[in-house]
Amino acid sequence: MAQLKLEKLNKTYDKQTEVIPSLDLLVNKGEFVVIVGPSGCGKSTLLRMIAGLEDITNGNMYINGIYSNDDTPSERGIGMVFQSYALYPHMSVYENIAFAMRLAKLPAKEIDRRVNEAARTLQLEPLLQRRPKDMSGGQRQRVAIGRAIAREPKLFLFDEPLSNLDASLRVQMRMEIANLHKRLGSTVIYVTHDQVEAMTLADRIVILNKGRVEQVGTPLELYDHPGNEFVAQFIGSPKMNLLPATLVKSGENTSQVVLDSGKELILPIRTPKSAEGQSVNLGIRPEHILWGEKNRAHYQASVIFVEHMGNETYLYLDNGNASEPWVVRNAERSAIVAGEAVGVDLPAEHCYLFDGTGQAFQRLVTAQASPEALISKKIVN
Amino acid sequence: MTTKILSLNTSLVRPQRNKRSLQQRRARAAWLLVFPALFLLAGVAGWPLLRTIFYSFTDAALDTPEVYNFVGFDNYLSFFDGEAYGVLGDPLWWKSVRNTLWFSSWSVSIELILGMLVALLMNQKFRGQGLLRAAVLVPWAIPTIVTAKMWGWMFHDQYGVVNDLLLRIGIIDGPLAWIASPTLSMWAVVFADVWKTIPFMALMLLAALQTVPADLYEAARVDGATAWQRFTRITLPLIMPAMIVALIFRTMDALRVFDLIYVLTSNSEATVSVSGYARDQMVAYQEMGSGSAASVLVFMMVAGIAASFLYAGSLYNKEKQV
Ligand SMILES: Nc1ncnc2c1ncn2[C@@H]1O[C@H](COP(=O)(O)OP(=O)(O)O)[C@@H](O)[C@H]1O
Ligand SMILES: [Mg+2]
Repeated sequence: MAQLKLEKLNKTYDKQTEVIPSLDLLVNKGEFVVIVGPSGCGKSTLLRMIAGLEDITNGNMYINGIYSNDDTPSERGIGMVFQSYALYPHMSVYENIAFAMRLAKLPAKEIDRRVNEAARTLQLEPLLQRRPKDMSGGQRQRVAIGRAIAREPKLFLFDEPLSNLDASLRVQMRMEIANLHKRLGSTVIYVTHDQVEAMTLADRIVILNKGRVEQVGTPLELYDHPGNEFVAQFIGSPKMNLLPATLVKSGENTSQVVLDSGKELILPIRTPKSAEGQSVNLGIRPEHILWGEKNRAHYQASVIFVEHMGNETYLYLDNGNASEPWVVRNAERSAIVAGEAVGVDLPAEHCYLFDGTGQAFQRLVTAQASPEALISKKIVN
Repeated sequence: MTTKILSLNTSLVRPQRNKRSLQQRRARAAWLLVFPALFLLAGVAGWPLLRTIFYSFTDAALDTPEVYNFVGFDNYLSFFDGEAYGVLGDPLWWKSVRNTLWFSSWSVSIELILGMLVALLMNQKFRGQGLLRAAVLVPWAIPTIVTAKMWGWMFHDQYGVVNDLLLRIGIIDGPLAWIASPTLSMWAVVFADVWKTIPFMALMLLAALQTVPADLYEAARVDGATAWQRFTRITLPLIMPAMIVALIFRTMDALRVFDLIYVLTSNSEATVSVSGYARDQMVAYQEMGSGSAASVLVFMMVAGIAASFLYAGSLYNKEKQV
């Protein structure tokens, strides 16, 4: 188990391409941290710097308080799982897992014990003599994880380990990784572009955008209190809708905004006096929008597209911007068809508010566990 | 009900018949396509080989090949008054066999090692990489005769650049007779051959190196492998098949060496190869019979070594399967 500390970490390729400007991060012992961000934002670069596969251009890195910038990957005591698995094709599963320990000249007995233990943990026992090419994607993924855990590293690094698997296998492996972390209690840094993986696996999520940390927090913190529009739209699927509005009255406990439609809303959000009169963005998640009575609703629009998922329905509303229509998520089947005009209501306690630069104003209410959840909790107790 | 089953049957049978005829058509197309190559091979390789084998059992002379008597295996080996005659009884033949094996093993091993170094170098990313890859090909593109003449001049004992350089650096006190000295001349041949064929080796190995995924090296670094361990445990096993092919090619080529030695050292006895020996029998002594016998022996030697390489390769592959 290890603690990892990054201080003003900078990565610049060829003295001109600055991929990561300056990054600070503290990962505590035993923590599962997921770094999530869009493709090309520098996640792999960051992970490879932590691994020691890529030079740190500037800044400091400490593992358990020890300066580690110049240590080789093996000196850092990390185990890494690559997106492509990177299994040695000419070695059996057993040899793949044993390779690092053989290089470290561990006694054969100890190697055998650790390989078998890793194999048991990952249900690889029947496959130990196989070669990687004779295995399925999920099995290869397990071998890659086995190779990392058998060395008993201080720090696990995962680079999009599930992105080459099909959907059902991904869910299964996700649970296995979560269980593995629970059992081993090791420190994990896990990189992905998939916010669902981030939400389900992480103790804390680091949201990365263009090499910068946008926000760090627990999954629900990020969901309830995104610091800015980028985070708000990155967490949650389908992503949060942003409606242009004007802040007409600021306040400590409530703020009053006027939508484009002319309707007024009073939100439990704190805004400073200085922001009064500014144009703002009102955020509302697709799952929180309610159907309203046509002429009294907060907003009226026509439905341009309907997606039936079976258990739920996504309805896309015309907002004059064809590339980013607003989305309503209906928890049931919907009889509404494309072309129909509808009215929607925006429940004040579920609204978010962002200033002109995209920074969030502070929300004063957090989502509570729903009454149903409370009931079931009572029954359990 | 019955009609349904019937119609089902026919619909099942038809596609199968179509499939078979498609396979047949593909087989026929394949034969058609390889026929010209087979025909050519039979014409330019098969027929001359058969003729050579035929003449090796006769006493024909080069200028009158139509006049001959069958002499059995006399061209290969015969005994008169306790003395051995024929190619296999000729000490010069055995000298040429030793020369050829010596030359082949030295030049192929040096080429493999230097070629690997060049390939590893070319596999690195640096400026002017494309230029280097093109430049490296130059020695390979130069005709062997030109190479031989060029090295002949460079190895010249009085005016050659090699002696001049060595003298200036102070490694030698007086000029060396690279071409005339029996021991040095063989090395001169090896140098020239290595210089000429490193590009071939390097490019074959480079192509193999580029098939090794970069992330394997990264995984090995994470696993704690040193550069040397990455080379021996990851690179070498993965490029082994391509390396064996390159070795077979080069060994075949080296075993048949003729022009380089003939031009560089004027085919002196110190450096004569088996091909040179066969040529001398045939052209210098006009003995078509023993020249053909020597040629057949060269063929058998090369084919035998190629076959054992291939056999070793298949054993290696089989071992890998297990
Ligand atoms: N060797 C390199 N030289 C220059 N730029 C690079 C290099 N490697 C990656 N990059 C750039 O760094 C950025 C981040 O890449 P990467 O870390 O792989 O993104 P992610 O893993 O988040 O998708 C990309 O824009 C990429 O083009
Ligand atoms: Mg990546």
